[in-house]
Amino acid sequence: MNTVILYAVLALSSIGVLAAIILYFIAQKFKIIEDPRIDLVADLLPGANCGGCGFAGCRNMAEFIVKNETLENVSCPPGGNDVLKQIGPIIGQVAEEKAPMIAVLRCNGSLKNAPSKVKYDGASSCFFVNNLFSGENGCPNGCIGLGDCVTSCLFDAMYIDSETGLPVIDNEKCVACGACVKSCPRAIIELRLKGKKDKRIFVSCVNKEKGAVAKKNCEVACIGCGKCVKECKFEAITLSNNVAYINFEKCTLCRKCVESCPTKAIHEVNFPARKNKEASELTEKETIVN
Amino acid sequence: MKTFNLGGVHPEENKLSGNSPIKVCSIPTTVSIPLAQNLGAASVPIVAKGEKVKVGQLIAKGEAFISSNIHSSVSGTVLKIDDIMDASGYRKKAIIINVEGDEWLEEIDRSADIKREISYNKGEIVSIVKDSGVVGLGGATFPTQVKLMVPEGKKAEYLIINGVECEPYLTSDHRLMLEKGEELLIGISILMKALDVSKALIGIENNKQDAIANLKKLAVNYKGIEVHELQVKYPQGGEKQLIKALINREVPSGKLPIEVGCVVNNVGTAFAVYEAVQKKKPLIERVVTITGKTVKNPSNYMVRIGTPLSFLLSEADSMPEGTGKVINGGPMMGKALTTLEIPVVKGMSGVVIMPEGEAKRPNAYNCIRCGKCISACPMGLEPYLIALMSEQNKFESCEGERVMDCMECGSCSFTCPSGRPLLDMIRVSKNKVSQIIRLRSNK
Repeated sequence: MNTVILYAVLALSSIGVLAAIILYFIAQKFKIIEDPRIDLVADLLPGANCGGCGFAGCRNMAEFIVKNETLENVSCPPGGNDVLKQIGPIIGQVAEEKAPMIAVLRCNGSLKNAPSKVKYDGASSCFFVNNLFSGENGCPNGCIGLGDCVTSCLFDAMYIDSETGLPVIDNEKCVACGACVKSCPRAIIELRLKGKKDKRIFVSCVNKEKGAVAKKNCEVACIGCGKCVKECKFEAITLSNNVAYINFEKCTLCRKCVESCPTKAIHEVNFPARKNKEASELTEKETIVN
Repeated sequence: MKTFNLGGVHPEENKLSGNSPIKVCSIPTTVSIPLAQNLGAASVPIVAKGEKVKVGQLIAKGEAFISSNIHSSVSGTVLKIDDIMDASGYRKKAIIINVEGDEWLEEIDRSADIKREISYNKGEIVSIVKDSGVVGLGGATFPTQVKLMVPEGKKAEYLIINGVECEPYLTSDHRLMLEKGEELLIGISILMKALDVSKALIGIENNKQDAIANLKKLAVNYKGIEVHELQVKYPQGGEKQLIKALINREVPSGKLPIEVGCVVNNVGTAFAVYEAVQKKKPLIERVVTITGKTVKNPSNYMVRIGTPLSFLLSEADSMPEGTGKVINGGPMMGKALTTLEIPVVKGMSGVVIMPEGEAKRPNAYNCIRCGKCISACPMGLEPYLIALMSEQNKFESCEGERVMDCMECGSCSFTCPSGRPLLDMIRVSKNKVSQIIRLRSNK
């Protein structure tokens, strides 16, 4: 009886030893030598796999950084400068400081400013509506408000305001990964400089129609009058396709253009309230705070 | 009785305007004729602001292969060439003409007599059809001359004429078959000559008994034209379904009917071909059905292209109180309009006016996997699956499920007990998949 157990134990252990030896040699033969720094870098990255850097996930970006030993042209929007600073010593590079960005909604066609002319009750997708028709308020370039951007946001930084019908971007949570920019079928959302003390100035309209037509659909549309272009001393504002655009790299946040805009299409965000009467009316009209 | 075998639904027929003869709509004071009225490339205007035009004069040329000519439907002065709102609310280029009198080009034969002799050969017919701007009037507006040019290596055996009109409410083809039967058959003979086929089959659903009897009686005098009675089933008017019903052949996925030796044309197109070839009259008007349960007199109108829809509706006196939706086309495949200030175009076969209660879509609930949409789909797809994958942005998988075969008949949404907007989600996926295919072919 005992011998049966003994044979079984011996047989099994010898198979085990044999298998271990084979596995050892195979492992030696097919060994993958991976740079240990990849793991170090990947651990430092946030692990959100948001795709904001342009790579297929954080690990993919880590591999790229270590393989090319460079921090040029790479950025991690959710991690920001801190993460790149920490990665720097691992590969012996110094990360250059980049100004933080934020997603900005360039449309103020709220339910009040651009009232609905028709009612839509089909599938809840901006992409679909954009292919189907101009949208409830009639503006062919404006926000549809069904929230394709909200669904695309991995950081819970967006929601649709039920009062205005427009998406709102959370100043703190937005990491400027650009997922919403890609998801918007009308290219309304743009990544802009977050600005000093979060102060920003931008044209909150992207419509390409002539002023009179645009004004019929929306009270606060940019009508392409060009007043702001003349007002700006820094050549930061350009006018094309009936709509003004403020170059955030040239803008000095002087707020001259905001005052000059006849339709209040230019928005200022996070500035202290102005003293005079005219300006207080102006801030009242502003419905987006982002 | 013949019909197609796969899928299909039976919506309420509601052919309210079937007994009202075609009336001629009067001419408005201005017309706006859009430049993009056909499938394919838009036409290029050849008139300038301030120019005088006559009825039937060429005003825009189709220069691409899949494109068609556009003719003035009125006489008067060109006011401007500008952007106007189209049915989708987007702005498209159109020629706007101020109407002055009703002066026709001299060569157009406006008499009512029927001209039976066909004095042109094959090539001449195709070029006349091309010059006259005839497009498929069933709704897809595919330029007819392209259909008549059979690609090399292929042979057309049958000309199939679509008189099914399976879409509920619409009756414009029905009235045409009743009132213009003789002209229609001559048009079909012309198409047969152009395609070099000896057999033409007209498919008509058996809810139009008078039209069947009328065409059967007249067709005795025309060689090779047969009239077939079909069982009522939606969407029998789809060309693939009609071919299956009439000659029991199946068009392969992603291919055209010519693959199985067929060319399919609508009865409206056949009539337009008759007018173009025998009467030298380009496509400048068409029959439009104005109908709906709350409309006082559902009727059919012969309307000049470019007439504002609001003008047509006021002429028909049919904008009842409590209207919730105005649909361009039938209730199954049509699209709701965002404004009534749009012109009548070549592809507009009817306008359905729905009261508010009926217009509202049912609330959507979760899919219960009952499979009703699968048995309803005439293309043998799995609509519930495609819609779910579309919701989850899995568009590559949608392509694998042959979403591009969908012809958007709406049978799935119609039959869904959970009221899910299946067709909407499938359309999203079709749009995305065609984007993916385009990107791939550009690489």
